[in-house]
Amino acid sequence: MHIPDGFINVPTSVGFGAASAGSLWFSLRRAADYLDDRRIPLAGLVAAFVFAAQMVNFPVAAGTSGHLLGGVLAAVLVGPWLGSIVITVVLIVQAFVFSDGGLSALGLNVFNMAVVGALGGYLIYSLLGRVLPSTRTGLTVAAGVAAGTSVVLAALAFSLEYAIGGAGGASAGTVAAAMVGVHLLIGIGEGLITGLVVGAVLSARPDLVYRTPLAVAHG
Amino acid sequence: MDSRTRIFLVGGLVIAVLVAGVLSLFASGEPDGLERIAIDQGFDEAAAGPALDSPLADYAVRGVDNESISTALAGVIGVVATLLLTVGILKVVQKRRRPGPGTST
Repeated sequence: MHIPDGFINVPTSVGFGAASAGSLWFSLRRAADYLDDRRIPLAGLVAAFVFAAQMVNFPVAAGTSGHLLGGVLAAVLVGPWLGSIVITVVLIVQAFVFSDGGLSALGLNVFNMAVVGALGGYLIYSLLGRVLPSTRTGLTVAAGVAAGTSVVLAALAFSLEYAIGGAGGASAGTVAAAMVGVHLLIGIGEGLITGLVVGAVLSARPDLVYRTPLAVAHG
Repeated sequence: MDSRTRIFLVGGLVIAVLVAGVLSLFASGEPDGLERIAIDQGFDEAAAGPALDSPLADYAVRGVDNESISTALAGVIGVVATLLLTVGILKVVQKRRRPGPGTST
């Protein structure tokens, strides 16, 4: 899912980069209101874990793999604003240190994975939380389903970027259909990993999870 | 910070190090979803090489010949770098937002 330099033209990259920068600025402002001496190391740990998990590509179809994006995982554990910042830091380290994702495409990648993936995914998680029971199982299922859906949304965001300024002349509709198809499969892996980790943290330390319902925190 | 939280954080970090340093060696080497589609749709050749010449490019440490050790080392360095950068940025944000002593909000 990390876009290299060259796939999307510069004007499109700049446009989405500006949207990502605005979102990051707003996220930093909002996250500052709930930063404390426990949340900061916790966010660091979530960033480190997402970086690690992104290295582990799993096979999804013949000749194709996928890996965790981690937006919903981070947003559920440390809150949407801090979660979005966490994913942005992971993408910055990957682009600058590991040449994973282009530098000119950084704004695009932040848009797809931190804005759409983490903030958009958290919105789905909150909506699911209204219909699912406020229990550990309910929250775990909501996180898993939101995570899987967020991967498809990120794939659609790439498809939009490709339709606006993509290189190579492939049909935008074909690219979008193929992106959604493959990322439905990758989304299943995303959902399973996210559910597993969120469920484990809710069992071990529900009080560390952002806005845990009281019934779960003290159950 | 209480000791239970400290144990949780250290335990989590150990898991992250193991995922990046050991589990990553078993990762699929196939192209990911986006790369696969770029190849199938013929726009993979539009990809430009990395703009920076990083000694850790593509999750390998330059100069380390053993592929497993190289990947594992790159993974652990990445985990530590990500952790420190996140904590560093958030500490700065926290300091700038926190009202100074004696000021009321």
